Amino acid sequence: MPILTLDGISQEFGGLRALDGVDLMVEEQQIYGIIGPNGAGKTTLFNIITGIYDPTEGTIEFLGQAINGAKAYQVAQMGVGRTFQNIRLFQKLSVLDNVRMGAYGVTRSGFWSSLLGLPRSQREAQEVTARAEELLDKVGLLDKKMEYAVNLAYGEQRRLEIARALALKPTLLLLDEPAAGMNAKEKVELMELIYQLREQMKLTILLVEHDMNLVMNICERIAVLDYGRKIADGPPQEVKSDKRVIESYLGAEA
Amino acid sequence: MFLEQLLNGLTLGSTYALIALGYTMVYGIIQLINFAHGEIYMIGAFVGLFLVTVLGVNILVALALAMLTCMVVGMLIERVAYRPLRGKSTRLSALISAIGVSIFLQTLLALLAGTNTRSYPSIFNSQTFDLGFAEVSLLQIIILVFAALLMIGLQVMIHKTRIGKAMRASSQDLEASYLMGINVNRVISFTFAIGSALAAAGGVMVGIYYNAVWPYMGMMAGLKAFAAAVMGGIGSIPGAMIGGLTLGVLEIMGVAYLTSSYKDAIAFGMLILVLLIRPQGLLGKKITKKV
Amino acid sequence: MDAYLTQYIDPYYLRLLVLIGINIILALGLNIITGVTGQLSMGHAGFMSLGAYTSAILSMQFACPFWLALLAGAFVAALFGCLIGIPTLRLEGDYLAMVTIGFAEIIRVFFLNFEPGGKAVGLAGIPQNTNFVLVLVMVIVIVYLNSKLLNSRIGKAWYSIRENEIAAEACGVDTTRLKVMAFTVGSFLGGLGGGLYAHYMFFIRPQDFAFMKSIELLNMVVLGGMGSIPGTIIGATILTLAPELLRVVAEYRMLFYGALLVILMIFRPNGLLGDVRVYDIRKRWGRKEVQANADTNP
Repeated sequence: MPILTLDGISQEFGGLRALDGVDLMVEEQQIYGIIGPNGAGKTTLFNIITGIYDPTEGTIEFLGQAINGAKAYQVAQMGVGRTFQNIRLFQKLSVLDNVRMGAYGVTRSGFWSSLLGLPRSQREAQEVTARAEELLDKVGLLDKKMEYAVNLAYGEQRRLEIARALALKPTLLLLDEPAAGMNAKEKVELMELIYQLREQMKLTILLVEHDMNLVMNICERIAVLDYGRKIADGPPQEVKSDKRVIESYLGAEA
Repeated sequence: MFLEQLLNGLTLGSTYALIALGYTMVYGIIQLINFAHGEIYMIGAFVGLFLVTVLGVNILVALALAMLTCMVVGMLIERVAYRPLRGKSTRLSALISAIGVSIFLQTLLALLAGTNTRSYPSIFNSQTFDLGFAEVSLLQIIILVFAALLMIGLQVMIHKTRIGKAMRASSQDLEASYLMGINVNRVISFTFAIGSALAAAGGVMVGIYYNAVWPYMGMMAGLKAFAAAVMGGIGSIPGAMIGGLTLGVLEIMGVAYLTSSYKDAIAFGMLILVLLIRPQGLLGKKITKKV
Repeated sequence: MDAYLTQYIDPYYLRLLVLIGINIILALGLNIITGVTGQLSMGHAGFMSLGAYTSAILSMQFACPFWLALLAGAFVAALFGCLIGIPTLRLEGDYLAMVTIGFAEIIRVFFLNFEPGGKAVGLAGIPQNTNFVLVLVMVIVIVYLNSKLLNSRIGKAWYSIRENEIAAEACGVDTTRLKVMAFTVGSFLGGLGGGLYAHYMFFIRPQDFAFMKSIELLNMVVLGGMGSIPGTIIGATILTLAPELLRVVAEYRMLFYGALLVILMIFRPNGLLGDVRVYDIRKRWGRKEVQANADTNP
């Protein structure tokens, strides 16, 4: 059963048609890549999936449920975690608190139980902290848990964002250019991390990336966007040799 | 009657517009709500008053000198209270600093000039013209014309001069402008100067028209002018003009046809209404966030 | 009760302490809205006045017991906080600030014309039920509850909205609902402070709650360091004392106050305590201030 189905997704901003009739089907525990030149609409697609934008046309189904028009926080609560192209951390919160925030969508303590410090909210808080520390350990940031997020190095910040997204206990994880700005070694570590996460947490991963090497290596299936349209969709080998894909990246033959 | 009120509203609105322009231009470039701007308007009124009553200067000269003085004051404030904070602190700190300046200036003028309300001598005799459908005073015409000239002058400067282009560039992207070689410090100083000059003109005109000048006059006028700038879309120059004129008209109309005891509430009520319907103001750009 | 205490403490200082306490309560309310959740509210005095007038009128016209009048005032303020919050929270930063100013002004003009409130003349003869011990106890309780709240799931969610609203949504935070919640809680405290104020000052009138008052309260929150409880307490203390201490310079008082604000902002733009949290105090001595560059914060 596909985890995520996009059917005829189009998105218009004013006069600009950022996405045009995009179809997508992501199977359980797949690592699915989305590539394309800048401006092709990749992040817009992510924003639509996570509920930040409402698609002008088309439907989205997640775990069998239609999520068109759902608000961003609702989509998050349903189990869709994401990281952002321009890192969006809670800068003046600690590293630990950043990850703990990720668990907001799966916890319940409301205003009164928070205010009065009722046992339920305390228990919840402890569980959340324990799990957050586990996740930090997994991405190798546990020793920095009390640092302000803004003080972390760039690569560490990216890992922190991933840890935060994981705290949501997502079924689907969207990674928007997770390798941007990383050196070769960090990229290798990232690839390993992604595999681990998929195995250990039964995650389905949707990935936007520019690093072709990484994408070809790690993704089982790749969709290629150009000017808002999907121009190819298949396993890496197929996509790599697809004529239209080559054209969109390198230009048509003279 | 209606047209008379409309004219009254436009006159008041012109003064709001002149003040609002200062707010919006500064905000457009450095995203600061210059809370001290209302005080510039007040200082302009006082300087003009002083020149006319104590030094017996001709009103036009007094106006020019008031504008000049306030240009200097405005640039000084920017240099002393805002520039040190630029890029180094949150917008809120700059706001508090502006508030500090505002309090300082109000008190200063209160100490220097006393808290009594003063008035300009009648410079333009209360000559009125009967246009058939409305009665309009010479003073109103002068104010409207002069304000219009100033606003047109501003538009010309913004669109036809190099410094104007630099201002427009800076309000779109300050950092890029800097990297392109624009002396942003100079542009910002200039913006403060122009805004202050316009506010000063507004102050003198209000002083003459309403015959009241006192040290705390900048507070409410400043607040309303800021509301006008926001209503028109903060950062937009035509927005400030339209916002100011609209607010003036709505306020006068509201007083004439609804209630006068809720005068101040009308201005803000209108603002809130506009923002609820159109959150970015009348001419404001909707900023779609890059996610 | 205060009469007893004045045997030990000069009544002037006692009065100052009470005012500091009331301002702490007011400022903590605003801190939740602006300091923690990042919603710039420049109309907090409006909530204060709602609490003040409501409780005063209930006490005077309806012989309401003090604690009930106080609570009622706080609830009225909270109700308005909620009502005002809902439609305005889709506005961004400075637009929101303008609307809060607008609402406070409308409330002020309303009371200027409100017959039972004495219109411009105001209300005199409010039973003086507020005393030092009461205020002290309330401050302690409120600080404690605040601390609990700000360290809880809800509190952290509020901080996250301030830091990065879109990321907060991605964590499952219903930002609209939480913003309204912040407004409601903050205005509740504002109304509570207003009620205490009214029952201390004996006499209130609309200009006690004018724009300048909102600014004073905002200064307290910013001065101490946004979102920080100890910071807000310090800010409230300093800015309540400042005008008093400045009395020595008499008519130049406000001149100094204004200059003080500018100087403080230039030298400590992040407030006196920045964003101190207890676990971090050790690390932060000697470390450069965390730069909060608002322009990179969407």
